[in-house]
Amino acid sequence: MNDKEENTGHPKDSNKKPAIKRRKFIQIVGGGVAGLYVFFRLGKHFHLWADGSDPEAKLPSDFNAYLHIAEDGTVSCLTGKIEMGQGIITSLAQMLADELDVPIDKVKMVMGDTGLCPYDQGTWGSLSTRAFGPVMLAAAAEARTELLSLAAGYLKRTSGELAVKDGVVFVKNKESEKVSYGQLTRGKRIEKFMDGKAKAKDFSEYKVMGKSFNRRDAIAKVTGEAMYSGDFRVPGMVYAKILRPPSHGATLVKADTSEAAKMEGISLVRDKDLVAVLHENPEKAELALAKIKAEYTFNEMKVDDKTIFNHLVSSSANGEETDSKGDIPSGKNQSAFLFESEFYNSYVAHAAIEPHTALAYTEGDKMVVRASTQSPFGARESIAGDLGIPLEKVHVIPPFIGGGFGGKGEYYQAIEAARLAKLSRKPVMLQYSRKEEFFYDTFRPAAVVKITSGTGKEGNISLWDYKEYFAGSRGSEPLYEAANQRITSYDADNVHPFGTGAWRAPGNNTNTFARESQIDIMASKIGMDPLEFRLKNLKNEQVIAVLKAVADLFGWSPKKAPSGRGFGIACGFDAGSYVAHMAEVKVDTTTGQVQVLRVACAQDMGFCVNPEGAKIQMEGCITMGLGYVLTEEVEFTGGDIKTANFGTYKLPRFSWLPKIDTLILDRKVAPQGGGEPAIICMGGLIANAIFDATGARIYQLPMTPERVLEAMAKNNR
Amino acid sequence: MPDTIQFELNGKQVEMPLDSTQSLLWALRTHFNLSGTKYGCGMGYCGSCTVLMDNEPVRSCSITMDDVAGKKITTIEGLASNGKLHPLQQAFADHDALQCGYCTPGMIMNAWGLLLKNPRPTRQQIIDGMEDNFCRCGAHTRIIAAIEAAAKEM
Repeated sequence: MNDKEENTGHPKDSNKKPAIKRRKFIQIVGGGVAGLYVFFRLGKHFHLWADGSDPEAKLPSDFNAYLHIAEDGTVSCLTGKIEMGQGIITSLAQMLADELDVPIDKVKMVMGDTGLCPYDQGTWGSLSTRAFGPVMLAAAAEARTELLSLAAGYLKRTSGELAVKDGVVFVKNKESEKVSYGQLTRGKRIEKFMDGKAKAKDFSEYKVMGKSFNRRDAIAKVTGEAMYSGDFRVPGMVYAKILRPPSHGATLVKADTSEAAKMEGISLVRDKDLVAVLHENPEKAELALAKIKAEYTFNEMKVDDKTIFNHLVSSSANGEETDSKGDIPSGKNQSAFLFESEFYNSYVAHAAIEPHTALAYTEGDKMVVRASTQSPFGARESIAGDLGIPLEKVHVIPPFIGGGFGGKGEYYQAIEAARLAKLSRKPVMLQYSRKEEFFYDTFRPAAVVKITSGTGKEGNISLWDYKEYFAGSRGSEPLYEAANQRITSYDADNVHPFGTGAWRAPGNNTNTFARESQIDIMASKIGMDPLEFRLKNLKNEQVIAVLKAVADLFGWSPKKAPSGRGFGIACGFDAGSYVAHMAEVKVDTTTGQVQVLRVACAQDMGFCVNPEGAKIQMEGCITMGLGYVLTEEVEFTGGDIKTANFGTYKLPRFSWLPKIDTLILDRKVAPQGGGEPAIICMGGLIANAIFDATGARIYQLPMTPERVLEAMAKNNR
Repeated sequence: MPDTIQFELNGKQVEMPLDSTQSLLWALRTHFNLSGTKYGCGMGYCGSCTVLMDNEPVRSCSITMDDVAGKKITTIEGLASNGKLHPLQQAFADHDALQCGYCTPGMIMNAWGLLLKNPRPTRQQIIDGMEDNFCRCGAHTRIIAAIEAAAKEM
């Protein structure tokens, strides 16, 4: 499961010498700006892309990011990646500062602007540090080599005699003989393509990486100066409100806009199914929208949040076997105990606090769109396609983004804003209301997992027959050693009554919930401590290491579950990293309310660039995870999404907070993902802890008080 | 002539035409161009639009301009003075008490309202006081630590 190629720092295809067209170069970096340029390109690092397509095919063959060392010594990295809270604006800068030996405040990250940065697919999959990072380091190593060679000429020394500190190259043992990076690039224009020959430093040599840095964007964010898409204003700007259908699957038949049109300052836009009102005051636009009388025909799927799981299983097409070993009938014969379980999880919303927002306006012959999106280049392409204009005429700028979690990989609001700006010939600001945000969110799919497993008398797993329906295969890979195993993924098109998509660690939350619950079910039956049972059936040393680390951190003492202590355990693998969690819960047996008292988490993420930044992500994963585990669930009937705001969709709050202890294993190997791994265990972790507290097993997420009470009643029967 | 209303905004007397259908949130964002106060849910659930009205944290999305006349409004832009960050702002930055930062102005304003009433809150009082402000990124632990540190500082 550990993709070796993914862990290499230097892409294999970096030996290609791509021919960049002069015109394209000028178009991207502009003419006449002096300095050293190193162009580089990501290799085959995108197989984790959530939708399963091959985005590699879309990458430009020449470069998709570059470094620039300017005459004043500033090091800039221009990349299509974006910052949405995950902290790469800091950690990527640390990596550059370290490789180039410049102070971090000399490093500038220029991110996501399609007018300045080369193409990138988008920011997701915890890929920025583990896939982009090493390639960027290699490019920095190349820049360093080039600068050292320039310095050797300037100082009339060999490169070997030179050292660098704070962007100044000097002669070892004779620091007065020196020249700065800025001086070296002054008046020159040097263009290099990374050929992968320059070797990045060894992980043991890094000094800036591995140290904790505060977020570089913190001051802007605590003062309110940080600009999000909705914060920009341009002259003549109007706010748009769009007529929305009452449900997915509804078609507009008639819209009477006469009352709305009478309102002062309102302009109406109508283009096929798109009906919108524009006003310089967003609340006036809202009032006008309410005056539109619309009629629809309905063609909704006959399914709701109760019947969805049967619907999913019966709609699934042929399964795809992704892994197998031994055979299932012999596995059954070899098992002293057989276990059959079905696990369910509901649709879950991304619910970033910033709704999807976009401001679109024309500047010269270009359509400029400032949009909260994880995929500015995808948005550019879609907008150009929608408006029927060339790609170069669309400029997408993602400013600060108020949370993404996968949901802002979708950018429909940017297309709508651009379309309205074109039709109205006005700058248009479109910010989804919370209701629209829930309506158009691409939810984490509801899913079913069926597991038949078996063990011998001594607790060795003899059978693992795993079937996931619509969860997505990420995280379904076998983690434990089983003599006979089969993993099958079931999928089909047009099954969900509304949009679904990637949600922080897509697939893995569901799969890890099911797997880790089933493991505990077996351990309990065998009468073995759940940690001991895991260690007995694991061979992967990285999982074993994080399990042992978390046991120390938590203070685990072996006991068969249910022990009454309310202790839970779970482990897993995501985005190149290994995680193990332990938790303690208290269950109110009268109300079914679960309070999570503490969570400990150990993570092996390879070389950790910004330890504090990574811990923030782990804490965020644990806290966010409590939501889908305990309360979050989208209510719907057919395409009618009943969940419209936070009154019914309950996000984690301050009073829920467990005591969180995190530990990152010290590894001097290639960095891995950090934005997602620590969220995947939360379902299994808390389900196992509830079982340990009460003896009641819960098979469905979220584990609401009703479901806890129901499971307890069943257990007592 | 439309009616106008006067109120104090970040220490200055201001005046604007009264529109009873307008919320304080959008008056701040559009009329005064103070974009630090954010729209999150429009129904008072999430707290990203929190400002102080007469030193009391309120949800600016749910306050109409009628109710603002004669009041003293403080937004995130009014916290720092003479180029020096407010202790809460400094503490949020020092403790990494944010990720995407979208809920941060509301968090800080709510915390400031809390500290104005209770300069030495216990951890439990901080949790109770912050309960209705939502952070999706999960910065809660650090937000509590930042508020504790700022309270000590002040």
